[in-house]
Amino acid sequence: MIRRAILGMIAAGAVGLMAASLESAAADGVRGGTLRLLASSASGSLDPKINYTLQYWSVYAYIYDGLVTFKQGAGVEGFTIVPDLAEAMPVPRDGGKTYVFQLRKGIQFADGRAVTVKDVVSSFQRIFKVSSPTAGSFYNGIVGADACLKTPATCTLAGGVVGDEAAATVTFHLVAPDAEFFDKLAVPHAVIVPADTPARDMGSTPIVGTGAYMFVAYDPNKQLKIVRNPHFKEWSKDAQPDGYPDEIHYDFGLTGQAQITAIENNQADWTFDEPPADRLAEIGTKYKDQVHINALTAIWYAPMNTNLPPFNNLKARQAVNFAIDRNAVVKLFGGNALAAPACQVLPPGFPGYEPYCPYTLNPGTKWSAPDLARAKQLVAESGTAGQKVTVIVADTTAAQAIGTYLQSVLNSIGYDASVKSISGNIQFTYIQNTNNKVQISVSIWNQDYPAASDFLNVLFGCDSFHPASDASVNISGFCDKAIDAKMKHALVTGVTDPAAGNREWAAIDKLVTDQSPAAVLFTPKHLDFVSKRVKHFVFNPQYYWLQNASWIQ
Amino acid sequence: MPSEPEPALSATLERPAMGPWARSFRLLVADRAAMLSLALLFLIALLCLGAPLYATYVAHTDPFVSNVDGEVTLHGERVAVVQPSTEGLGLGSAPLGPTWEIGNFFLGADEQGRDVAARLLYGGRNSLLIAGASTLLCLVLAALTGLVSGFFGGFVDTIISRVLDILWAFPIYLLAISLSIVLIAKGFDIGPFSISAGSLALPILIIGIVYVPYVARPIRGQVLSLKESEFVLAATALGVPAYRILLRDILPHVMTTLIVFVPLLMAINMLTESALSFLSIGVQPPDASWGTIIQDGTNLIYTRPMVAVAPGIAIVLTVLALNLLGDGVRDALDPRSKLRFR
Repeated sequence: MIRRAILGMIAAGAVGLMAASLESAAADGVRGGTLRLLASSASGSLDPKINYTLQYWSVYAYIYDGLVTFKQGAGVEGFTIVPDLAEAMPVPRDGGKTYVFQLRKGIQFADGRAVTVKDVVSSFQRIFKVSSPTAGSFYNGIVGADACLKTPATCTLAGGVVGDEAAATVTFHLVAPDAEFFDKLAVPHAVIVPADTPARDMGSTPIVGTGAYMFVAYDPNKQLKIVRNPHFKEWSKDAQPDGYPDEIHYDFGLTGQAQITAIENNQADWTFDEPPADRLAEIGTKYKDQVHINALTAIWYAPMNTNLPPFNNLKARQAVNFAIDRNAVVKLFGGNALAAPACQVLPPGFPGYEPYCPYTLNPGTKWSAPDLARAKQLVAESGTAGQKVTVIVADTTAAQAIGTYLQSVLNSIGYDASVKSISGNIQFTYIQNTNNKVQISVSIWNQDYPAASDFLNVLFGCDSFHPASDASVNISGFCDKAIDAKMKHALVTGVTDPAAGNREWAAIDKLVTDQSPAAVLFTPKHLDFVSKRVKHFVFNPQYYWLQNASWIQ
Repeated sequence: MPSEPEPALSATLERPAMGPWARSFRLLVADRAAMLSLALLFLIALLCLGAPLYATYVAHTDPFVSNVDGEVTLHGERVAVVQPSTEGLGLGSAPLGPTWEIGNFFLGADEQGRDVAARLLYGGRNSLLIAGASTLLCLVLAALTGLVSGFFGGFVDTIISRVLDILWAFPIYLLAISLSIVLIAKGFDIGPFSISAGSLALPILIIGIVYVPYVARPIRGQVLSLKESEFVLAATALGVPAYRILLRDILPHVMTTLIVFVPLLMAINMLTESALSFLSIGVQPPDASWGTIIQDGTNLIYTRPMVAVAPGIAIVLTVLALNLLGDGVRDALDPRSKLRFR
């Protein structure tokens, strides 16, 4: 017992010392310099109401602010929602249908103009006017949203978002209580931009924000340049802390191999892309001190178009799920240290997660091996054998390898498959648009916020399917009215009883998995490989690496 | 009494006169470099033609199916074809390296766990097929346009020459890449002519077309010169039809030029095919060519360089052999020619 107590004291002392040294290191952070980030390609429109990619959402964290936001801290702290442009978290009124936000005073946009109530109201109208990808799934519960979804150009959200200039308050009225309302306000689609921002996708033209930094130039073929916001004064360390680097340059175009070499040589500081598979062993041994691996609440999956042959046939979709060797895909991604096989929508540890895997040799709770015989039988029963199938993947090393593997799997169960890789800059929007008639693709879904609906409702809910639009994140085009009704019910249940809500989501997870609108491949871990110059690496589960929190030496 | 003729002179007088083709053949056979190259080309072609036999009966593998989770027996032990790393942070995995055992991942495995040696042989079949077929197509088109343009002259010559000028104005690779990007995705479908996306006929067509001006021009020049020769003028004066003059009098004279072009153009076409396939706009997976295998190998250049190096060596050897053979054929058929293909 005494020995244990002594060990405990030593451990506590060590932790204390470590914490103190981290604190002191953070306090001694070096301001200045240029952080050099890399990616093989840009990530599409820079408009925060349009862009729906992790690559830019982690940048928006220090460019824009919403009324509330996720705390810029490490670990589970990062899921805490804190007031940002609002002075405090409002207390729900009217049974959870009304929220009144008091706007902070003295905050300016990067162009020097003060943030006003008008900006807040117009920012929410703009979500609908520019047909933001989550307009129909996140913000459809605001009063007036229905009209905005029908005629976006004339959206006013009358009665839904009401500003009071004199009192500096913004009041939200919801059609029904929403347990995830703060989560939805905390994501980048709800950030506040100037009221005079044109009501169209601004593409490569930067829009000013209120964060510690601002975009100054964006050439999707070359570079995104970020500098300090001259009008920024820190108002909340949790919501929008001041950053260390003076400039952040995001360069595009280098291959995965060249990116890793550049980081090894300290010519660049980090890459957004997964490192090429044949460099992993090298960086995991020679540069292991520069590697940071963190668990993610995300999935790699292959959405199958439920409205196009052959995957408008349930048996064809299930056949693909049975045929895929998840261990093989995990190997292609980088091995067990970086991913774990999965075959259900919700990732482990997520609210509503209950282990479930029907698509394995011995169906149960865990994937064990592919069942090719069953897959071939299902293809034969579906009558879709011999049909042509094209797999669309992004041009990253991992996605291309997985695409080639999927092609082989599809051929082996009786299809005539081909694979096409297109620039990561457009792949995500390309596969969403029904006009492109994508049959199957490889995609990644990282949580927007920690709620089961963010996977199930967003990826497979009827409201997320917008035919002929680049912003239709329900890539499978899956819309099952019965399951959709259960999702809506679970959302309502979660308002008053989150645990009961999560039980409903667990059942919905199984129902969606059974319908097989996608083949979930694995849950990834995130590997950040940084240069020796980067000090004070902080990983936030919402924004991932907090780039502004690191300094360069 | 006349003296006996000299023995050597006697032999010369007795030997029947050697035709130009026979003389050229003798010259070619006497060219050691050309003959060695020809033998090497035969060997490469033979090996590549035997790809299905090697894959089925020797390696017992399907080189077009992913085998990421497969195993192989090596030195009496079962080992994974793609082996997870166990050092450091345990990141990544590496495919099997060359075992140098015939039929057992001789050149190792690629990222998908497929036998590189078997893929190399299959890839060679496609590379040689595309290079050969596109050469044939190019020569037929170039001969046709060169003969017609040079012989008929006037308006016909102006039209054909300007079309060739337009093609010539584009850098070859830019033109080939542009055509590939447009055609590879959706195929080619004009009237009765239809080629599906992903078909090997597409790279054949594209590569065959882009080099036409480079062959047609010298052919046209030669025809312009031949048109003024006495035997053509005589045939014209006798009222011999134009098509007959073209086929019987002019074509045989340009044939040597066309034959000289064969190996040289084939070498160039092989490089073009490799380049297009490397850029993913040539041969489409699961088919392989040496270019696509090099592309597969770029992802493994640090851990398994053999995947990219092996097809690279195959291309170098084949192109070198074709060039040496081309030089030999040129020297044999047309020793005064200053013809060089660049």
